[in-house]
Amino acid sequence: MRTGSGIAAVPVAFTFDGRAYVGQAGDTLAAALIANGVKLVARSFKLHRPRGIMAAGVEEASALVTVGEGARTEPNVRASDVFLYPGLVARSQNVWPSLRFDVGAVNSLAAALIPAGFYYKTFFGPPSRWMLYERFIRRAAGLGQPPRQPDPDSYGHRSAFCDVLVVGGGPAGLAAALAGAEAGKRVILIEQDQAPGGSLLCENATIDGLTGAEWARQMVARIVAAGGQVLLRTTAAGYWDDNFLIAVERRVEPGQRGDGLAQVLWKLRAGEVVLATGAIERPLVFVNNDLPGVMLAGAARALALRHGVAPGQRAVIATSHDEAYRTAFALADLGVTIVAILDSRAAPSGPIIDAARARFVVHVDARPLRAIARGMALAGLEVQISSARQRLDTDCLTMSGGTSPVLHLHRQAGGALDYDAGRGAFLPGPGRQRHVTIGAAAGAHDLAAILPGASVVDPLGAGTPAAPGPIWRDEVPGKAFVDFQNDVTTADLALAQREGYVSVEHTKRYTTLGMGTDQGKTGAMVALAQIADLRGVPLPDAGLTTFRPPYTPITMGAFAGPMTGDHAAPIRRLALAAAHDALGALWVPAGAWMRPRAYPLAGESVGQASLREAKMVRASAGVVDVSSLAKFEITGPDAGVLVAAICATPVAKLATGRGRYTIMLREDGMVMDDGTLWRLADDRWLITSSTGGAARMARHLTYVGEVLLGPLRAAVVDVGEHWAGLALAGPRAVDLLARLIGAPVPVHMGLVDAMIAGVPVRVLAASYSGERAFEVHVPGHRAWPVFDALVDAVHAAGGGAYGLDAMDHLRVEKGHVVIGAEADGRVTPADLGLGGMLRKAGGFVGWQALTRPALVDPAGRRQLVGLTAVDDAAIAEGAMLVEREGSEPLGHVTTSAPRVSEKGAIALGLLSDGAARHGEVLLAWSPTRRSKVPVRVGAPLFYDTAGARYRD
Amino acid sequence: MLQIPCPHCGPRNQEEFTYERTLDSVVRLDDAPEIAIAALYTRANPRGEEIEIWHHTCGQWLRLVRDRMTHAMRAVESL
Repeated sequence: MRTGSGIAAVPVAFTFDGRAYVGQAGDTLAAALIANGVKLVARSFKLHRPRGIMAAGVEEASALVTVGEGARTEPNVRASDVFLYPGLVARSQNVWPSLRFDVGAVNSLAAALIPAGFYYKTFFGPPSRWMLYERFIRRAAGLGQPPRQPDPDSYGHRSAFCDVLVVGGGPAGLAAALAGAEAGKRVILIEQDQAPGGSLLCENATIDGLTGAEWARQMVARIVAAGGQVLLRTTAAGYWDDNFLIAVERRVEPGQRGDGLAQVLWKLRAGEVVLATGAIERPLVFVNNDLPGVMLAGAARALALRHGVAPGQRAVIATSHDEAYRTAFALADLGVTIVAILDSRAAPSGPIIDAARARFVVHVDARPLRAIARGMALAGLEVQISSARQRLDTDCLTMSGGTSPVLHLHRQAGGALDYDAGRGAFLPGPGRQRHVTIGAAAGAHDLAAILPGASVVDPLGAGTPAAPGPIWRDEVPGKAFVDFQNDVTTADLALAQREGYVSVEHTKRYTTLGMGTDQGKTGAMVALAQIADLRGVPLPDAGLTTFRPPYTPITMGAFAGPMTGDHAAPIRRLALAAAHDALGALWVPAGAWMRPRAYPLAGESVGQASLREAKMVRASAGVVDVSSLAKFEITGPDAGVLVAAICATPVAKLATGRGRYTIMLREDGMVMDDGTLWRLADDRWLITSSTGGAARMARHLTYVGEVLLGPLRAAVVDVGEHWAGLALAGPRAVDLLARLIGAPVPVHMGLVDAMIAGVPVRVLAASYSGERAFEVHVPGHRAWPVFDALVDAVHAAGGGAYGLDAMDHLRVEKGHVVIGAEADGRVTPADLGLGGMLRKAGGFVGWQALTRPALVDPAGRRQLVGLTAVDDAAIAEGAMLVEREGSEPLGHVTTSAPRVSEKGAIALGLLSDGAARHGEVLLAWSPTRRSKVPVRVGAPLFYDTAGARYRD
Repeated sequence: MLQIPCPHCGPRNQEEFTYERTLDSVVRLDDAPEIAIAALYTRANPRGEEIEIWHHTCGQWLRLVRDRMTHAMRAVESL
C-alpha cells in the first residue's frame, strides 16, 4: 500500500490493539495504519459504528484512539495528530470486547431508541426511569478512559512576547514570518504539525524550484537566521484580550517518554497577530458517509503526497469544486485506479477539469447516495448521475464539500465574520484587536497569489475557489452524518427542528452537535447548511455557535505546569516551626500556614491530646503559638482617623498602653474580621486580626487609607511576619509571667514592654481562652529562647504547649467567634450578639448599611447560639439544625467541641431567631455524616458565665 | 488577559492587578445611609464605558476608564 517517496525510509515499530506493525519515521499513526491495511480504527461515541481514518490533521473526528500505557496513557488522541515513535502503543477505545466484535454496536440496531434529545427527554419522566437509562447510557456512550495514576510527566510554563506572532506554518504564515523577521521585528511562528509547510506538504507544486516541504524547511531556516523563533508541534489554543494567546508545545508525542518537559504551555503577548490558520475541508452528506474507507479528499491527498500511502485500490472522488480533482491525480500517480470523479456541478469547466477528463471518468451532476459496506469497510457506492442511479465498486471514497476557513482564533479575538455565498463559507471580517488573517484562512487558495515574489509552478494550475456541497436529503433511507464525533445525523437535525429546537444554540444542546473534543471542526458548516435549508432561511441567518477555546484539547497537566504537589501553593512556616517539631507537634494547614494542631503523647489520639491540652490550660497554664495572626502598626498624626474608620468599636477614648477587642465590617454591614486594637503611643496603634484574613485586611487598610480618606498622614506597616506571638493562658499565667519578666504583669487589656530570657518583648494582656492570659510579642528571629522559657515555666507548673484544636475547644466554651466559621460573611455584629459594642455615632466602614430595615429588624436573622448535646454525643460540624429529620433547616452548626472540664459535647451555631429560641431542643442533623444529635439551644457561653476567671 | 497600563510601571498583565470597584460605588464614610445603600446595591452597570478602581501589586491605586464591551481602556491615572 506504500510506494517509495525517494527518501530513505526509517522503519518505526508500533502496536495497535496488541498487534505489531511497522511504519516510517514522519508517519502519523493514521498514515501508518492505512499503510498496514488497517481500516477499522474506532467505534463511534454513541452508536458504536465502525469508523476509520477520515481526516489528515487535528480535524479528525472519527479515528480517536488511546495512546500510551499505564500512567502515561492519553485517551482520545486523533490518529492523524500523533506521529510515530519507536514503541508507540495505541488501542481502540469505547469498545467491548473488541473493536471488530463490539457488543455496543447493538446500539446501532437500537438507534431508534436513542434519537437526538434522548437525554433531555428522560429528564421529564419519573426519576426511576432516568436512573435506569443513565446506567445504560453511561455504559454505552463514551470516549477513552483517562489513566487513574498520577501523571508522571513534567510540564512547563513559558511567557514570551514578540512584535509579530504568526499562527500557522503554511505558505502564507511562513512568508509573513520571514517578512517580519527580515524587517527587524521580533517574530514567533507557531505550527501545530511536526513539519512546516501546511498545505504544501499535501501538494506537488514547486516553489522556486523546490518541493513544498523543502521550501518550507528553508523558510524556517531563514526565519531563524533573521532572528525569529519557530515553534513546531505547537498549537495556539486560545486568543484573549490585548493580543494574549495561549499555545501548547508538545515536546514528546502522546504516550511517549521524554528526557525533559513533555509539554510547555506558552503565554504569548504579541504586538501584532497574523492568523494563517488555513482551512478545513467539509464532508459530503450521504448515507453511511462515516464508513471506514470514506475520507476527505484532502486527507487522501496528504496520505498520498506526504506519506506515499495509498488509501485504497479503487477510488472514487466526490466533489462540489475543482480542488478535490487534485486528489484523483495524486492517487492515480500512486497506482490507484480512479473509478470515477463525481462532480455535483452541472457543467464544470477549466484546465483541471479538462486534464481530468483526459485521464479519468468524470461524471457531472453526479453525487453519492449511499455507501455500501462489506464487513466493516466501504465496498461500493450507490450514486446518482443526472437522473440515473448506478452502483460503483470502490474501497476508497474521497469527498469534498468545500472548505471552511479556520476562524476560531479570529472569533475569539472579537473579529467579525462575513458570509461568502459563493464559497458557502464564513470569511474573516474586521478584527477588533491588532490581528490580521491571511492565506486559506482568509479564503485565498491560489499559491501564486499568496507568494507573489516566488516562482510557483503548479502542474495542475489553480482551480476555482472551493464551493460548498449542495444539500441532498431523504433520497435513500439510512444515516447520513453531519457531526461524526457526536453521531449527529441529518435526521437528528430535522427532529430537533420539528420539536422546536430551532435556534442553532438549542439544536446544539439538544443533539450534541459540535460538542466533544472536536467542537464541530468538520461538521459545523455542514450542519448549519442543513439547518438553514430546513428552516428555509439563508445560511448566515441560521446563526453560529461560539468558537470556544481551546482549539484542540489540552491535558490538565499543561495547565498545572510545575504547580503540583508541594509546589501547588506556597507554604508558610512559623518562625518557631523547628521548636514545635522538637515538642512533637502534629501540623495542620491553616490558610497558607502550617500550625501545630496538637502535641500528642505516645499512644494518644489527636482528640485525646487536644482535650488533655485544653484541660491543662483550665487547670494550670499552657502556651500556644499565635504568630500567624495578622498584625498592623499604624503610625502618624492621622493614625487615629484611619483606625476609627476601620474599627466599628469606640476608639478615641482608648488610653495609651491599653487595648480592646474590636470588629471590622464590610461596607454591607457584615462582619469582615475581628481582633484587638492597642494604643502603643498617642499616634501609634497596633491592630491584630485573623490569620486567614491578613491579605484582605492589608488591602482594606490601604483602600480606606488611600482611596476613601486619602491622603492621610498615617503609615500602615504590616508587621505580621516581624513579630512572633506566644499566648500564655491559665490560672497560673499571672505568677509564671511575673517571675519571667521580674515585674508586675499588665492589667487585663493592658500592655507592658519587658524582657524574657534576655530578649525584649511586648506583653499584651488579652484572653481568648476564658482564662487569664497574655500575648507575648517578640521579634521572630529571637523568639526561640522566649518560647523555651515560657514552655519550661508552664511545664514546671504542670502545663505545656497546646495546639489549634485545644485553642478551639477553649474558645467554643467561651462563645468566642472565628472569622470564617461563625462570622461567615453573612452575619452582622448584632447577629453575633456584639451589636452593643458598636460606635453609636457611626463613622466607620459599614455603618450606613446597618441602618437597612432588613438588618435593623432581627426577625428571621440567623443568630449565634450555644448548643448542648442532650445525650452528650458529639455534634457534627456543618450539621443542619432542624425541628425533625427532613424538615426545613433553621440554621447550622458552625463549630463543635467537647466540654473541657466535664463530660459532654457542645457547639456554636447560627440559628434563625436564635436569641428567642433558648431552651428549645432541636436536631443537629447531617445526612452526609450520618449524624443525628438532639441539641438544646442556649446562650453561646458555657464556662465562667460571670467572666471572673480572665479578669484581674 | 488584559494588559493594564500602570502609571508607575507601564503596561503589565492583568494578573498583577486586583479589581476594586466602580468609582460610582465608592461609599464615603460621611455619605447619608440612603446614598451609601444606593451606591452599594443599585449601580448603573452601563453597556459601554465605566470608571473603575484597580489596585496594582506595586501599591498604586488606579482609576481607569474601561469599555465593558470591548475592554478598550483610556485615561488611566493614579488615585
